[in-house]
Amino acid sequence: MKWIGGALIAAALLLPPFVAGDFYINLASQIFIAAIFAMSLNLLVGFGGMTSLGHASYLGVAAYLAALLTTRYGFDHGAAAALSILGTVAMAAFFGVIALRASGLGFLMITLALSQVLWGLAYRMSGITNGDNGITGMTRPEPFGISLESPVAFYWFSLTVTVIAFVLMAVFVSSSFGSSLKGVRDQPRRMAALGFNPWMIRWITFVYAGFWGAVSGLLYVYYNKYIHPTSLSTTSSAEALLGVIAGGSGTLAGPAVGAALVLLLKNYASAYIERWNMLLGLVFLFIVLVMPTGIVPGVQKLTSRFRGRSS
Amino acid sequence: MNAASPDLALEVTALNKAFGGLKVTQGVSLAVRPGERRLIIGPNGAGKTTLFNQISGDLRPNSGQIKLFGEDVTTLAPHRRAHRGLSRTYQIITLFAGDTLEHNVTLGLLGLLPSRWQMWRPLASYRHLAEEARRTLDSVGLLHLAGHPVSELAYGEKRRVELAMALSQKPRVLLLDEPLAGLSDGERKTVKALIASISKEVTVVMIEHDMDTALDLAETVTLLNYGRVIVDGERDQVIADERTREVYLGA
Amino acid sequence: MQFWIIQGLNSLSLGGLLFLLSSGFSLIFGLMRLANLTHGAFFMLGTYFGAVAMRDYSGLDLWLTAIGAGIIVAALGGLFERLVLTRLKTNPLGQVLVTLGMAFIISDACLVLWGGDSIPVPTPHNLQAPTRMFGFVFPTYRLVLVGIAVAAAIALHILIDRTRLGAMIRAGVDDRQMARAVGIPVSRLFTIVFCLGAGIAGAAGVLGGPILSAYPGLDADMLPLALIVVILGGIGSLFGAFVGSFIIGFIYTFGTALFPELAYIILFLPMIFVIAFRPQGLFGRVSA
Repeated sequence: MKWIGGALIAAALLLPPFVAGDFYINLASQIFIAAIFAMSLNLLVGFGGMTSLGHASYLGVAAYLAALLTTRYGFDHGAAAALSILGTVAMAAFFGVIALRASGLGFLMITLALSQVLWGLAYRMSGITNGDNGITGMTRPEPFGISLESPVAFYWFSLTVTVIAFVLMAVFVSSSFGSSLKGVRDQPRRMAALGFNPWMIRWITFVYAGFWGAVSGLLYVYYNKYIHPTSLSTTSSAEALLGVIAGGSGTLAGPAVGAALVLLLKNYASAYIERWNMLLGLVFLFIVLVMPTGIVPGVQKLTSRFRGRSS
Repeated sequence: MNAASPDLALEVTALNKAFGGLKVTQGVSLAVRPGERRLIIGPNGAGKTTLFNQISGDLRPNSGQIKLFGEDVTTLAPHRRAHRGLSRTYQIITLFAGDTLEHNVTLGLLGLLPSRWQMWRPLASYRHLAEEARRTLDSVGLLHLAGHPVSELAYGEKRRVELAMALSQKPRVLLLDEPLAGLSDGERKTVKALIASISKEVTVVMIEHDMDTALDLAETVTLLNYGRVIVDGERDQVIADERTREVYLGA
Repeated sequence: MQFWIIQGLNSLSLGGLLFLLSSGFSLIFGLMRLANLTHGAFFMLGTYFGAVAMRDYSGLDLWLTAIGAGIIVAALGGLFERLVLTRLKTNPLGQVLVTLGMAFIISDACLVLWGGDSIPVPTPHNLQAPTRMFGFVFPTYRLVLVGIAVAAAIALHILIDRTRLGAMIRAGVDDRQMARAVGIPVSRLFTIVFCLGAGIAGAAGVLGGPILSAYPGLDADMLPLALIVVILGGIGSLFGAFVGSFIIGFIYTFGTALFPELAYIILFLPMIFVIAFRPQGLFGRVSA
């Protein structure tokens, strides 16, 4: 049974470049980027029990750093990518120390406040960030001399990065550290009594989640060849959180599916509705009120109730 | 008891703790020798669990000192005390309900090992840890339930798992917070036998609210009331003491 | 010198507005343990009501409009609390997420209803002339705003410290279970406090109109300020919200005037400082 599922997924991932048009291939690339972003957030939310509303900080800062280093300071892509990730991870380390002074709602508020400050900075420091105009003129890297300009090439690139991200995150959560993270999520006092250092475990996870957020930020700016302060907005963080909740925070892959759904919704809805934020808000209300554990268990519950009534 | 004696397993000196105006620990001092079986009793609200929380590091006292084998641990974080040989169980079950027994005990064993920081090898691949976990479960007669989630266990069995986890870390000082509470007669006999069989290399300090249940496990007894030590000494002396009767009959 | 005076008064008036905004937020968080992310949107809704009402019906009094907007926003808040928030009593994370969702809905609704251009709110006629004091010139409206904030602070203080309702609120903040156990109608209290917080925010929105104008994104500008005030001043402490509001008012105003590009970082710093050394805020009773 598992083989069939795996084969289907592999087919779904490998076929598009051969059968689909450019629009759908590009959409798929965007889905991969959103998937990495959401999965990295879920390391915090689902596995660590720390709900953050400021995850866009890492995507946005990495994207801005890469854009600035290449377009304004002439760095080559390899160096720019490395420096962006380093810079963003350092920021995550710093933010983690601040945010982890609190837990639960306090943690949430601090992450939100921090990311809003970054968003405000992106608008105000127009000398550096170009403010509301954003930074244009970004080019895509050429790993091993291969151009990523075509949608198909970028698709393979983002698929590869996503698979690597997924595998590494899977290794992380099933390792002894990952088990200790889940333990700290469930019973922090007992874990401390057993000899685990809850703060350190949470902080390391925070930084690791920021790392993958940065990776998704790099892919984001490579794809769009453009970066704007909205990437740092609460809406951006909220979309990822919605993906996590909709897909289910209990698994590694769930948020990837959820992120895909959110992105597809955004894409199709924007053809009919102008106001995405309002729809996003309504979807939030719907999911939290009707399907708080995620779409899959939610749908199961609804269909079993339906079946129960008709039988 | 000589206050400067370095061979005390656990030494508490003039511990004070207040929450706002409420004084929950007032000038408490304890001297527990290595291998001793100490029972701390007292009516509800006497401050027994609060005392434990300060000894384990979950709570910071306002003043006073706590020494573990001569080392001052008063301001040490709880996880560091675990590394100094302190282990404890809780009044409420704090096991990982959704996980298997084996996983619970394995996690317990991991707490003191450097490999707890390992981020690339799956926990499941640590064969020797799994074996040790199974051995621990066997020692409390629960090996047959190793693959079952903790949520499926009876209350008494959960208590035995907790005890097994605490013991598997080979602690020097073991704090048991009401280990017999809520158990049926049969379960109580089993857990008491387990506690009685703990090696003398482990110093055991136990809290019990109900005096009678745990008395035969104790060598020495400390009676607490309103956060103060009322009586402290050999078991039979404390039982016979006037003040003990006052506290329990007056309550 | 005039520059410093003006900036000083601007700081005070911003601080006053922030107090009106964050007092509600702090009360709601303190009592209901809910980080109400809709709060910025409530404020903005008030500003839009005020701006549109006064634009379409000339001759409307600012003060009455503020009260009217406050009542409407309070009612909306109450509906939201009853219909949505009470269903999520066991899901605190869910509660926060729906307040976020609601904020998105409200802010987009404002965009749909009233367009993307900013709508100014006129200063009341009798307050348009500047005041001359001690040889300096002060914008009168801003002086009045500070006065209103202080009056509101006193009124809230009396409410919380001297009335039965306030006693129940304080009990609920300290220990919700206990309050329920002694017969305090905690559910009803939640609705009252939520309405109160939302209403004050809505009224404050109108009062802030002459200074800020109604524009899309006002909610996203105000919410983080309220968050930082509450983190700084401590949750559940009205006095902390008062002090914190004016500190942030000063930092933000002088920061924007002197180092416009870095104003946000300057806001950032006291917050980090406080979190690092006193995570419960300057005067907080409830730890974040």
